[in-house]
Amino acid sequence: MPIGGVIFLTIFIAVFGTALIYLARLTGGMRKNNSAVKKEVYECGIPGQEKKDTKISVKFYLTAILFILFDIEIIFMYPWAITFKEFISKGQGAFVFVSMMIFIAIFIFGLFWEIKSKALEWD
Amino acid sequence: MGKDLFEVVVNCVKLLAIFLFMVQAVPILVWLERRGSAFIQNRFGPNRVGPLGLMQLLADALKFLKKEDFAPEAAVRPLFYAAPVFALIPATLAYCAIPFSIPLSVEAFELFGQSWGPYIFKMQGYEMNVGIVFILGVSSLAAYTIMMAGWGSGSKFSLMGALRASAQIVSYELALGLSIVGVIMLYGTFNLTDMVMAQQGPLQFSAFGKVIQLGWLPNWGIFYQPLGFILFFAAAFAESNRLPFDLAEGEAELVAGFHVEYGGFKMLMFFIGEYGHMLIASGLVATFFLGGYGIPIWTVADVRAWLGTMFESPQTVDLMTMLIHLVSYLTKLAIFLWIFIQVRWTLPRFRYDQLMELGWKTMLPWALGNTIVTALVIYLVS
Repeated sequence: MPIGGVIFLTIFIAVFGTALIYLARLTGGMRKNNSAVKKEVYECGIPGQEKKDTKISVKFYLTAILFILFDIEIIFMYPWAITFKEFISKGQGAFVFVSMMIFIAIFIFGLFWEIKSKALEWD
Repeated sequence: MGKDLFEVVVNCVKLLAIFLFMVQAVPILVWLERRGSAFIQNRFGPNRVGPLGLMQLLADALKFLKKEDFAPEAAVRPLFYAAPVFALIPATLAYCAIPFSIPLSVEAFELFGQSWGPYIFKMQGYEMNVGIVFILGVSSLAAYTIMMAGWGSGSKFSLMGALRASAQIVSYELALGLSIVGVIMLYGTFNLTDMVMAQQGPLQFSAFGKVIQLGWLPNWGIFYQPLGFILFFAAAFAESNRLPFDLAEGEAELVAGFHVEYGGFKMLMFFIGEYGHMLIASGLVATFFLGGYGIPIWTVADVRAWLGTMFESPQTVDLMTMLIHLVSYLTKLAIFLWIFIQVRWTLPRFRYDQLMELGWKTMLPWALGNTIVTALVIYLVS
């Protein structure tokens, strides 16, 4: 059962990593009373800004959405790819090939439309 | 995990050994990276501490031990501390699914007044029938650890680095996933061991009802899928956040990206995760396109027959065959790891819009084209 190994390894690494961080705290120490400047996040020379002030480009959101769409489409190709030779040997190659080509044509149309609508332009 | 106690224990030890191999590979790779960069760029690498600077690894570890544990006040502490631990998990889980060598069979034996075995131990953490899907799925969880670190640090630089890294990882995952559709079509399996077995022996394929054989070339995937190889390898660079795709860490603009607030062992764990992804990428490229643990042209049976003329007992022959294939696998792994390092110190970094353009507008259409052409050729020749 591979799932047993996966679970065992996950638990082991979680414990191992936590222990490593804890041991490093013991050897390296951890100060309680840090000065206000030390407690700030990293900034180069000027007073630090909190991340709340950061505006994030909407393009990241768009990329994530488009990724989900296209990734699902690609995952649909996997079961087709794995059975492609089997279908050919059973004489149904043409049907499977043409139906996947239609699917890929829709995929290409989607990609083309996405490029045309400038969803992938970064400025 | 096994039929009885002995098998379960051996399998657990095997998983831990693979994990330790991964952790151990990191300081050596870091040393190789710094030393190699020194040779490539004509400057000094670590060359003072011990012979060839090898003791530098120990000195680094000692320095990490003495680092103060510190989290900035704006940090979200649970996320900040959990992120490095979680960074280890996807890399290790995925790496354990890659086969290292042929299975080792152990004959029945007596121990503690009980008879055990016979056993067959696979030389990989666990064999998955859906190996590829598992590896792709698990290793892409790395995007979450990067987001955890970026958001948890409470720093602007971390957040920007994490956003860039996750957008980059998901974009190149499309090209990565699509570039191996051709490979899957070719072998008709998700199982990595079956793929390696399909690449044994000299180049041989059947076209138009005839069998064509080229004795001087190995039967590797790279000769059937050269474009897939290039696309997969390039996407793997982006997946593991390596130069020329290391926009997430671009020192000139983001200092260190998502791990800017980390130090000591916490940062080391991110390093293990990153180098783990390099190991996965190298292992996968070797398995898909270069015959995995196989030896060029010779099949496993050939190697076994050759060793059979030198050793008496079948157990020794089995063990030696396993070791030879293990060495073959590690050699391929080392070659690809070196290419990773060499590319890092040779190519300059992309601009971010160029990076996204390359992923979406160049690699994705080429990977689609590769899929179509592969399907067409497989359909026409058979």
